[in-house]
Amino acid sequence: MTEPILTVENLTKWFPVKRSLRQVLRGERTWVRAVDGVSFSVNKGEIFGLVGESGCGKTTTGKLIMKLLEITDGKLTVKGRDATHVRGSALAEHRRDVQMIFQDPYSSMNPRFTIRDVLMEPLEIHKVGKSESERDAWVREILQEVKLSPPDEFLVRHPHMLSGGQRQRAATARTLMLNPSIIVADEPVSMIDLSTRAEILYMMKQLQREMGLTYIYVTHDLSTARYFVDRLAVMYLGRIIEMGRGGTVIDEALHPYTKALIGAVCEPVAGRVNQDKDVPIKGEIPAATNIPPGCRFHPRCLYAVRECWEEEEPTLVDVGGGHFVACRRYDEIRRLGPAARTSEASLGVRRKNASA
Amino acid sequence: MEKERVLEVKDLELHYFTRKGVVKAVDKLSFFLRRGETLGVVGESGCGKTTMGTALLKMPTPPGRIVGGEIRVDGQDILKLSENEVRRRVRWENVAMVFQGAMNCLTPVYTIRKQMRETLLQHREMPKPEIERRMKQYLNLVGLPDDVLSRYPHELSGGMKQRVVIAMALFLEPKVVICDEPTTALDVVVQAQIINLLKDLKAELGLSFIFITHDLSIEAEVSDRILVMYAGRIAELGTNDQIYGPQGPAHPYTQRLLAATPRLHEEVAELAFIPGTPPDLVDPPTGCRFHPRCAVVMERCSRDDIMLREIEPDHLVACWRCFHD
Repeated sequence: MTEPILTVENLTKWFPVKRSLRQVLRGERTWVRAVDGVSFSVNKGEIFGLVGESGCGKTTTGKLIMKLLEITDGKLTVKGRDATHVRGSALAEHRRDVQMIFQDPYSSMNPRFTIRDVLMEPLEIHKVGKSESERDAWVREILQEVKLSPPDEFLVRHPHMLSGGQRQRAATARTLMLNPSIIVADEPVSMIDLSTRAEILYMMKQLQREMGLTYIYVTHDLSTARYFVDRLAVMYLGRIIEMGRGGTVIDEALHPYTKALIGAVCEPVAGRVNQDKDVPIKGEIPAATNIPPGCRFHPRCLYAVRECWEEEEPTLVDVGGGHFVACRRYDEIRRLGPAARTSEASLGVRRKNASA
Repeated sequence: MEKERVLEVKDLELHYFTRKGVVKAVDKLSFFLRRGETLGVVGESGCGKTTMGTALLKMPTPPGRIVGGEIRVDGQDILKLSENEVRRRVRWENVAMVFQGAMNCLTPVYTIRKQMRETLLQHREMPKPEIERRMKQYLNLVGLPDDVLSRYPHELSGGMKQRVVIAMALFLEPKVVICDEPTTALDVVVQAQIINLLKDLKAELGLSFIFITHDLSIEAEVSDRILVMYAGRIAELGTNDQIYGPQGPAHPYTQRLLAATPRLHEEVAELAFIPGTPPDLVDPPTGCRFHPRCAVVMERCSRDDIMLREIEPDHLVACWRCFHD
């Protein structure tokens, strides 16, 4: 077993909600529990995927790892060192070592900068490189790495002169400038055309192999995750509810929420057009200010029984082969299939309402 | 028996007149839409799919202008009608559109009731209770409760807003509904619910849809026929089975696009991708427009213009390979 390069234990981030005068006087507080006790560890050279719907806390988790946000509770360990509350020069070093690729390549770069400026900036901030020429050589080398060549042509361009794919390459180049060991990639391809998506992921994978990088891949897209990641964690309302090898989690999903997510994915195969999609879930995602008691998924779960909301929240249990699931009834559900359901999917809302 | 054609487009041309030159965004496009059918339009960004959608409402975005062709809605060429007539008889009455990012086009300062009523009053004279009844009827149709009417957009979730926008498009009982990326900003679960909703509406109301997206996997779920656009032209047009079935699509572009679409339940070592970028439509390549990116290019591909031809019933392809050997 290789040593984990990054470990988070019980990572928590609560955001305070703006209070009314009345609430202030009464001393009431409400919190958005964006990340609510997340634990996982990532090995060196591994690609770890964080998957979930919007609002599940996946991006916040990424930002906590980057230390762009202050951690409310829990522990973050990078390369064996506690990085939970690092400050000053230790923080600067942490940020050199952990870099981030942002979702939107259109807004994550200063439009007035040339690509050269974009890539030089991190070097200047962190005072890397002895001379201008050394920095310049490094910039060119990295541009070659991300296949933006010839470098001379791209160095003088502004972000708006690049296509979406090229911009994301430039963004990747920027993260590589400081020679990091961990890269948090937050939906790096979701805004890129399908035809070039694979090309970017392929490049990222190659870089990872060549440079021994570790990626945290944050996405809502299970299909690209399957192709890209080694291990996968599915998040729901600030918690990991299932985790394991990418293919295992997708092909042998145990948690009802993971099953619903998988059912919802569209696939480019024939014979689907005349049937409804089966998405075994009900209702809408509750607000993170008001997390349901017991298992936080129970109000939307088709398999929920009394214990699910009356007893304590289930934690991740190992079901073998490094596959973890946080569901009280996973074994019953696995054995009985849909027969274990206690309620119906609510996709039929429309028909019910129309007849009412 | 062949079903009636609700929409027929012939040699449609829409150009953007920019300072850099004339961008031929839609170049001699011909296709038709049968009653009760969903036609999917796919292509990379910039291939002209959204532009084509706006043209069908005779509503090109400046500096775009429709410079030629015919758009027949129920047999009548709407390009020959005056703007006033189009507004009175075609736009929203017969052809409605759900715009890209539609859930963000609701005005934040008005309630849903006010926004829906405005659309209705523009087109119909109706007593108040009748308007109210109709608004509720359509909200229910898309699976929303009555009380949504008195809410503001920020009080609704993304999926609910998308449903409101769909309800507003259906309001005047159009024959054709154009949906431009109606699910892209939504979460997968909500996306699946909207897809189910559109299918239900199609079956129940006998609507015809044009479904524009860049994602071939969504088209597989919703469209009876698929039109693949490349650089302002049709590369391939075939039925769901012809595109996704075992024999696979005929055009190399469609083949590559399909190979680049990740599949959930399949372990692949490497995904395919299409090298290069779509051409500049001010000065498109000669011959087949895909030839600079094509892996199976032949000599004549860069020389001879290629026309769309039928290779089997309902299946049209524009590729020299398909007629060569």
